[in-house]
Amino acid sequence: MTKEEKIHELEVFAAQIRLETLKIIASRGNGHIGGCMSIADTLAVLYGEVMKYDPKNPLWKQRDWCVLSKGHGGPAMYATLGLKGFYDVKEAYTLNDFKTSFPSHTDHTKTPGVDLTTGSLGQGISEAVGAALGNRLQNINSHVFVFVGDGEADEGQVWEAAQFAAHYKLNNLIAFIDDNKRQLDGACEDVMSHGKGLSAKFDAFGWKVIDVKDGNDVEQIYDAVNEAYTEKERPIAIVLDTKKGKGVSSVEKSGAHSSHLNKEEWEVIIKEAQDNLNRISGKENA
Amino acid sequence: MSYRLVWNDTIDSRKCCDAYQESMKKIMKQNDKVVHIDCDLMGCIDTKIIKEAYPDRVFNAGIAEANAVGVACGLAATGMIPFVHSFGVFASRRVFDQLFLSAGYSRWPVHVIGSDPGITAAYNGATHMPFEDCATYLTMPNATIIDPVDYAQTFALTKKLVDVKELSYMRLIRKNFKTVYADDSDFEIGKGVVLKEGKDVTIIASGIMVSNALKAEEILRKQGIDASVIDMHTWKPLDTELIVSQARKTGAMVTAENHQLSCGLGSAIANVLIENCPIPMEMIGIREQYGQCGPQDVLEKEYKMSAEDIVEACIRAIKRKADRKD
Repeated sequence: MTKEEKIHELEVFAAQIRLETLKIIASRGNGHIGGCMSIADTLAVLYGEVMKYDPKNPLWKQRDWCVLSKGHGGPAMYATLGLKGFYDVKEAYTLNDFKTSFPSHTDHTKTPGVDLTTGSLGQGISEAVGAALGNRLQNINSHVFVFVGDGEADEGQVWEAAQFAAHYKLNNLIAFIDDNKRQLDGACEDVMSHGKGLSAKFDAFGWKVIDVKDGNDVEQIYDAVNEAYTEKERPIAIVLDTKKGKGVSSVEKSGAHSSHLNKEEWEVIIKEAQDNLNRISGKENA
Repeated sequence: MSYRLVWNDTIDSRKCCDAYQESMKKIMKQNDKVVHIDCDLMGCIDTKIIKEAYPDRVFNAGIAEANAVGVACGLAATGMIPFVHSFGVFASRRVFDQLFLSAGYSRWPVHVIGSDPGITAAYNGATHMPFEDCATYLTMPNATIIDPVDYAQTFALTKKLVDVKELSYMRLIRKNFKTVYADDSDFEIGKGVVLKEGKDVTIIASGIMVSNALKAEEILRKQGIDASVIDMHTWKPLDTELIVSQARKTGAMVTAENHQLSCGLGSAIANVLIENCPIPMEMIGIREQYGQCGPQDVLEKEYKMSAEDIVEACIRAIKRKADRKD
């Protein structure tokens, strides 16, 4: 398979993740569409190409780990894992139901393939750091990937974790910083700005920083991960310049953190996602 | 469980925290999954003893307790067995949410060590004097909480923590304290130790208060009062069976703890009694106050935690029992 074909495959997978994510959130009627859409392309790259995992053996010791420190992106994770065979993706159409295995924030005690429980922002990155250290101590040749939100980076714990990872030279830790520029109360720069920017901050904390100009472009993300793999000493922050709600026009426009939509609005955005999938996969006229 | 009581109200020549290090040395030798994480307080509990022996498995997280707990959870998720140490104040209330979600709810076997429990923080004063550390853990359904009394018990119970499969918290006295048990003593987590069997009143104590309870028992005996003395080193899971059987036997109870009364050992025992066998009960410990600077013996008097205070509480409980019968 050529790189071009591989990239196309990942673009299709990202569109599938978006569609399934929306169906999962629609099953509840409301949820974090914006923050799920912004990370769909990176999840496609991870689970579509770079990560090693076994859907039939989610706790395989040699696997790569993926931690959603911005735990509210759960539905995007559930769509991805379902599409890759950890379970039937339709099982996730029970989001936040009583006794569901799919709470909106990722929970390793409930969902096959979820490596660590998150939901209290800032905690997942520390857990990911610990997992990277634990795997290294056991001579497991793997990577731990962790998604950190730009709003989440307000939390002091993120920076405690960052300094620890750099101090112990955890080059098996790769953080994706989802710089979608919005948090619950509005634009990050209005709610709580990040000084010289998140790239500068991670650089100052001793991380290798890779800036991805279009954080919703699978090829750029894929290239960034391959560059990250060459780092021998430092943890790596891949700072993704993303669009909150990417692929869902109405949410792209509003930048909403959490969306409450009516039935008609759901139909519109699910059709949009289906149309996008058809277009990208070349089945537009099928 | 096999123990030998050697208490004679004298101070051990060894520091209590050295028992933790010696025990860890043994555990880390037997099990290569065990790691220790400290928060810039290695010098306070002589962690260099294990750092020198196992440099690859002892980590300093710096003054960043929240991350230290999170890292421990990640380590546990990969199959390691992490112990994390900070002062009790920081190892509890400062990292409550991390303990609750990353560790407790997540079901990871993370073992937290909180040093300088209660008034043993002494001259370090209010900011470093945990009266509420165990309270934070009592709120977590699956946590284990241990308040050891001396060198031998700290040594024995540290070893037992390795087999606890979920979050645990152990208080650690840093300095030299009174010897209660012989060095070869062994204890079971969740099982209280009956140090004296009496018929008039039961004193249930833990940590430094066990010594005062034994002293109180001596005083009471001279007054013709026959007291049971229980060392309840494990606050959670609580030895309900022992509490209820003692309540039925003596009909009067006094609890003694180095902790805030509103949410500690006494209140946990009161819950058991109310549900199973309500009897007159008195509680010795910190009553709605913050900590302060001072020598431990002065603080003990200030907070009414001395052997004499326990004696008075026993007499009150016995009187209430008699009044009830009338």
